Amino acid sequence: MISDITKESIAEFLAQGKRFDDRDIDEFRDVTIETDVVDKAEGSAMVSLGDSRVIVGVKMSVGTPFPDTPDKGVLITNTELTPLSSDEFEPGPPGEDATEIARVVDRAIREAGIIDLEKLCIEEGEAVWMVFIDIYTLNANGNLFDAGALGAMAALMTAKMPKYEDERVNYEERDGPLPVKGKAVSATLAKIGETIIVDPTRKEEKALDARLTVGVNQDGNIVSLQKGGDGGLTDAELEEMLDRALKHSEKLLKALK
Amino acid sequence: MANEPESFLKDGKRLDGRALDEARPMEIEAGVIENADGSALVKFGKTHVLAAVHGPRELHPRHLVVSDKALVRARYDMLPFSVEDRKRPGPGRREREISKVLSEAFTRVVEVEQFPRTVVDIFVTVQQADASTRITGLNAASVALADAGIPMRSMVTGITFGKISDGKKGYMVLDVGKEEDAFGMADVAYARAYNLDETVLLQMDGNITKEDFFEGKKMADKAIEKVYEAQVAALKSRYKEGSE
Repeated sequence: MISDITKESIAEFLAQGKRFDDRDIDEFRDVTIETDVVDKAEGSAMVSLGDSRVIVGVKMSVGTPFPDTPDKGVLITNTELTPLSSDEFEPGPPGEDATEIARVVDRAIREAGIIDLEKLCIEEGEAVWMVFIDIYTLNANGNLFDAGALGAMAALMTAKMPKYEDERVNYEERDGPLPVKGKAVSATLAKIGETIIVDPTRKEEKALDARLTVGVNQDGNIVSLQKGGDGGLTDAELEEMLDRALKHSEKLLKALK
Repeated sequence: MANEPESFLKDGKRLDGRALDEARPMEIEAGVIENADGSALVKFGKTHVLAAVHGPRELHPRHLVVSDKALVRARYDMLPFSVEDRKRPGPGRREREISKVLSEAFTRVVEVEQFPRTVVDIFVTVQQADASTRITGLNAASVALADAGIPMRSMVTGITFGKISDGKKGYMVLDVGKEEDAFGMADVAYARAYNLDETVLLQMDGNITKEDFFEGKKMADKAIEKVYEAQVAALKSRYKEGSE
């Protein structure tokens, strides 16, 4: 929690168009994406948004499908806010912040139809591929939604299927790329006082009144929305946030090769 | 679950006979749980959700105490038998996420500075699920808070909207039904603090353009006025009867 006085001074500072890291209010931090960082994973990526850094791995195994989707593979997204990445995080099972990040990243990827889950069916009702996306923070300084989504997407785009033979998964040999179509990213904006900023740092997140994370696919369509924070958004603020998120998503999509 | 329909529209009507901008029939009753400080049951068609408010009261665990404010804590869960495939008891990831966004929506409106160091607990329980359970629960929680006499800057009122297809093109619709939710093109949960003219809850999944979003929102804003009136009417009739 942050005191009201600190929150007010952050809001006043922002109202003058200034941020603690000298960024413009509409400036995203530099994005770097490195893929294939873990050999044992089917796909992996390390993503930095400024000094917010996450490592994302994709692992696959064979399991039974859900009863209501017997002919589709299974996608499971998990996030951990690791104690190594910030003084604020404690060991233990994922709390509500981690759960929200995992579910918001999962929604953008699922709703954009990035993974062709029907192609991951091995035997209807019996055996399907399960795809696990695990997002781990390495250095947490805000906007883990967008860093996590970029990492998940980059890891999926470079993932190679293990071989499945004689009802066993052979991780030693690869069977071509994971069937991935299209791209999705998210762009997050925060309202602090009267100012709307993009890509908030942790300090800014603690002072924010409201947050909007917008998932966008390669066609520029909206695939997910998630409002957060204890404050409300006027219609004008909502529209401004959507417009700015759509604009920033173009650059983020380009960062994914 | 039923199979995916090829078209969600027949002769210009939706599968359950509704028009594109028609909400399901709604019923709101305030004061349904004697032991709670405030409570309500809201029905949106076959979705029935109960909300009960306890507090302001002492907050446990103590480390969650906020020295100058009350904590507003919503807990959403479903009865195991409220859905076709039994839901495992206790909150999972989905329920925890919904609880978080509901807590945030109500923190905006409750006058938290009036009750420092306390908690206002809002328990939202889905009795029967047929789409829009979080929004139905939100509408119930809002009535329950008012019924408990908790000072609020505004009621919170919500409705869902979405996009469905007739096999050729997409249409924006109000108050998404169960099949429309499962197989439709998009689903938006949306709620406003009515007197503040602000969006306090917004979640969406699917695939829509910005224009689609604002077309749906326009329908929803109109419908929210009706839901708000029903919330107020339910509270008025509770006090008129003086049931206690």
